[in-house]
Amino acid sequence: MSERSSLRLVVLGVLVVSLLGTLLLRLFYLQVIASDQYVQAASDNRIRPVITPAIRGLILDQEGRPLVTNRTSLVVSIDQTALNELPAKSVDVVLTRLAKALGTTHSEIAARLTICGRPKAARAPLCWNGSEYQPIPIAKDVSLDLALRIMEKRSDFPGVMAGLEGVREYPSPDGVNAAHLLGYLGPVNDAEFAANNKPARGPSTLLRTDLIGRAGLEAEYDTALRGVAGVKALEIDRQGAVVGTQSETVATPGNYLVTNIDAKLQTVVEVQLAGAIARARAQSDKTVGRFKGDSGAAVVVDVTNGHVLAMASWPTYDPKIWVGGISAKEFDALQSASAGIPLLSRATQGLFAPGSTYKVFSTAAAARQGRNLQGNYDCPSSLKIGPQVFRNHESKGYGLISLQRAIEVSCNTVFYGIADQLWKDAGGLDVRSTAPDPIAAAAKGFGIGRRTGIDLPSEARGRVGSRAFKQALWDQYHTTWCANAKNGYTNLAKKNPAKAAQFRAYDAENCVDGYRWREGDALNAAIGQGDTALTPLQLAMAYSAIANGGTVWQPQVARAVVSPSGRLVKSIRPKSAGRAPASASTLAFLRAALEGVVTNGTAQAPFAGFPLSQIPVAAKSGSAEVSTTKAPTSWFASYAPANKPRYAVVMMVSQGGTGAKTSAPGVRKIYEALFGISGNTVDPSKSVLVGGVPNKGLPSVTSDGLRSSSATTSTGSSGGAGTSPSAGVTGTSTPSAVAGQTALALPLVGGLLLLRKCRRRSASIRSRGERRGSQR
Amino acid sequence: MTYGYPTSVSRRRDITARTTRSSYLRRLDWTLLIAALSLSGLGALLVWSATKQRQLDLNLDPDSFIKKHLLNLAIGLVLGFAMSKFDYRLLRAYTPILYGLSILGLMAVLVVGSTVNGAHAWISLPAGFTLQPSEFAKLAIILGMSMILSEKRDAEPEPKDRDVVLALLLAAIPAALIMKQPDLGTVMVILTIVVGVVAVSGARSRWIIGLLVGTALVAALAIHFDVIKSYQVNRLTAFADPQSGSETFGYNTQQARIAIGSGGLSGQGLFKGAQTQGKFVPENQTDFVYSVAGEELGFMGSGAIILMLGVILWRGFIIATRASDLFGRLVATGVICWFAFQAFENIGMNLGIMPVTGVPLPFVSYGGSSMFAGWMAIGLLQNVHLRRSD
Repeated sequence: MSERSSLRLVVLGVLVVSLLGTLLLRLFYLQVIASDQYVQAASDNRIRPVITPAIRGLILDQEGRPLVTNRTSLVVSIDQTALNELPAKSVDVVLTRLAKALGTTHSEIAARLTICGRPKAARAPLCWNGSEYQPIPIAKDVSLDLALRIMEKRSDFPGVMAGLEGVREYPSPDGVNAAHLLGYLGPVNDAEFAANNKPARGPSTLLRTDLIGRAGLEAEYDTALRGVAGVKALEIDRQGAVVGTQSETVATPGNYLVTNIDAKLQTVVEVQLAGAIARARAQSDKTVGRFKGDSGAAVVVDVTNGHVLAMASWPTYDPKIWVGGISAKEFDALQSASAGIPLLSRATQGLFAPGSTYKVFSTAAAARQGRNLQGNYDCPSSLKIGPQVFRNHESKGYGLISLQRAIEVSCNTVFYGIADQLWKDAGGLDVRSTAPDPIAAAAKGFGIGRRTGIDLPSEARGRVGSRAFKQALWDQYHTTWCANAKNGYTNLAKKNPAKAAQFRAYDAENCVDGYRWREGDALNAAIGQGDTALTPLQLAMAYSAIANGGTVWQPQVARAVVSPSGRLVKSIRPKSAGRAPASASTLAFLRAALEGVVTNGTAQAPFAGFPLSQIPVAAKSGSAEVSTTKAPTSWFASYAPANKPRYAVVMMVSQGGTGAKTSAPGVRKIYEALFGISGNTVDPSKSVLVGGVPNKGLPSVTSDGLRSSSATTSTGSSGGAGTSPSAGVTGTSTPSAVAGQTALALPLVGGLLLLRKCRRRSASIRSRGERRGSQR
Repeated sequence: MTYGYPTSVSRRRDITARTTRSSYLRRLDWTLLIAALSLSGLGALLVWSATKQRQLDLNLDPDSFIKKHLLNLAIGLVLGFAMSKFDYRLLRAYTPILYGLSILGLMAVLVVGSTVNGAHAWISLPAGFTLQPSEFAKLAIILGMSMILSEKRDAEPEPKDRDVVLALLLAAIPAALIMKQPDLGTVMVILTIVVGVVAVSGARSRWIIGLLVGTALVAALAIHFDVIKSYQVNRLTAFADPQSGSETFGYNTQQARIAIGSGGLSGQGLFKGAQTQGKFVPENQTDFVYSVAGEELGFMGSGAIILMLGVILWRGFIIATRASDLFGRLVATGVICWFAFQAFENIGMNLGIMPVTGVPLPFVSYGGSSMFAGWMAIGLLQNVHLRRSD
């Protein structure tokens, strides 16, 4: 054999060794160096989480009446893995058949089956925001017929399922709306999901498919209501067949939220607010024509603890429109200016000039500055300050009157006089912004100009007109004003040169000394005009403080968080937000004056015939001038019984006219409902509140829907409480009806079980009213 | 160096005398035998692990694969013993018959063969057995080429061009038939064998260069004129981009690589690999059997497989070097090239550094024909070893 042959054999050997070496090196890299990455990949490969959503907790009123519940909806969904086992052609046939049955299109269903974030996925609301291993919902609230057809004709609809799913339901006991209080749900967004998934915060409680509270109580108490979804980590093989369960956590249903709201009272308040709006719109005057009555709010709070018993805002909307996803059209309507922006809660987010209701703060300030509350003050029809004339309402003069009388008849000029003196005492025009501002300080002490801290999101802060406020405003805007004074309003100048010139002149003036707290500013501020703006809720809390002897409570809508099994999870205690800056004698003076307003002053007419001897009412009306082209903001701030205050009621109608004419009659009706007044007789048993007073404790909630044995015996003739839904859950009749029909359908037997579960949950909420009624 | 005829004859007598029953066992290359046996044993366990769960899921006998595999191994051992027993120089007489049978088998496959994974490479036999003639064709090509290239020469140190052409023709016929199946992987193995045998035969360098250049040219032309189907090209290129579509061939390699990578240093334990038992790696009893070793036995086990293959190849080189004549050396060379390239291709594709072509891992993958051919090749090596010149 040749040398060449042997040499080549050696070369071949070297080649082979290098090949084997390459393999070993690569093997070492994969198994030793990069192993972790592949271990992770292997785990991702075979673990599939399957999620059982937690049932969201109910929101109940103080008597246990459900304001928000869950109802079951027949949902058609598609199991992608089952569908993908079919040949592509069959998939098309099935989807087309399903589209026809649902009255939609093949392409829309196909779009809904795309997974968000994947290439070629449909746009956000259409694509599926969850795992492809979960059935993807295609249609909600389908008819029972269709659901049955799908479940019975499995061969026609392979991979398609019809089942029951929980969605939010608004039983609306007594026709209550409460949309602004309750809020709504919306899909979780990426930022929230990411924030919730931070490892530092422990295991995630938020799922991609979750709905999250977006407003109102749903948002404020989202974590309490949401519960924790159950996750079953399934081990699957390559075909997607389940080979085992790696771990499983059972879904924990969300807790119930018991509120201080009384559904019946809330209904009365809503009706009366709408009535006030109607009253406003029926009025007109020469300068503004017909009053617009564009919006309004009404608040009822318990002055002894800050509980919000009812709170309404007008215009409102039906909270149902959020269920199952709001349409773009509906959403636009909620935010449209022409519809009055129904989404906005005027009670907590609307800012309005308080008008004469503000005089209580001016009085408190005067008292603190040593003014004699018992003295007499001049009430001319007008007051001339420099070039400006400040007039009384309807330019009426009363001569020398007591301060109480000034409040009763709402004499502006008395307060102008007081404010003018206070302004001068503080140093007048040329003092620093830190100079004392007693009226603003008093208002702030009563909670004006800061958030009340109510347990509702996006509360407005409001503002108190003052030296400091003007200075801050000037600091922020004077460069703009100065610039505008030189060459601003160019567009306006083309159309209306005169107006543009006027605006420039204003800005030029403000540019130079816009920070100055002028005498006129001080006078306006004293009667709640000018820069001051507050929310109806702030005013209600301030009047509560007058009524209760000086405690400014933090208003609370929620009373407690209760587990579905009835265990108290969290009790929400009354919380003081501060003390009103007024002595006991000042507050006593104010209470007497406010009572006089009703017996002897501006609110005398609207309360004519009201049994004031039994239920004395204290109040202050207000008519805040906003602009010359708009009717004044109608205010009526009150509390009752004046001798033993319990409730504060504030009503406000924007562009509504005077407080006495527009709002006061509504407030009167609310008191009549609260105290059970008809004509001039008072019957606490006829009060909208069960027993005539707000519930002291909590409604009982039990998980199994069955009463405890002692309760069962006491139920007596009210019927098998365990078997029939209680009076408090009348709104759940829909699922019950579905359950009746479903009982006929064998294929939905699983769903039936689910339904029964839901029904039991609903039935478990026992209203105190029913309990009492049955004990009679 | 050349061997004169007379010397050869005297030698033969000498060897025959020594090859008695007792000396047969004593003179065997035990290192080679033990390495091949260990590899086969390990292979049997891996095949068992790969198929047990799958069979259970289908309500079939979980041990049917291991039973068949052990039967195949037994048959392979018998065939290997037979191959080692007769003087390999006498095998020359049978080579044309073996070659002819291979060609017939390959032609039969194209007519009555069954298709597995896109290749028309199997002949179904009764009792669920199948025959893959291309495996035996490798043997036939090695023997045939070795015979032609080691023909008695007139004092020439290297084969004549005529012999080389003849040898190439001899290899080209089965290669073309296998290409027709199409089984690109086996064709690549044959090409390696051809280059290796021609090189070690001492043929002029231009033949080797020509072969390499020609191969590249033919491959380029084949792709260009779509002679190689697009799926074959995809298979070849998928390894470069394993994320390209999870359901294509990239999926197999990706899953195999995940299995191997997650095995770590010491593995997850036999019958305990999550990827393997979850059936994530397709074909993991045959082409992807190495992924089972990687996942369940870890770097220790799968590295050992490479080392055992290395031992076999090392013994092959020793045998080739010490062969008593050029025929024996070329046969050993052919076997080395076959095992080396096929192992590299198979393990390389499991590790994601070689394109996916359906070639089994010698001695380890499930499959009768591959097992038979492998052990017959071991028999040939032993044969050359037994009749070596000391």
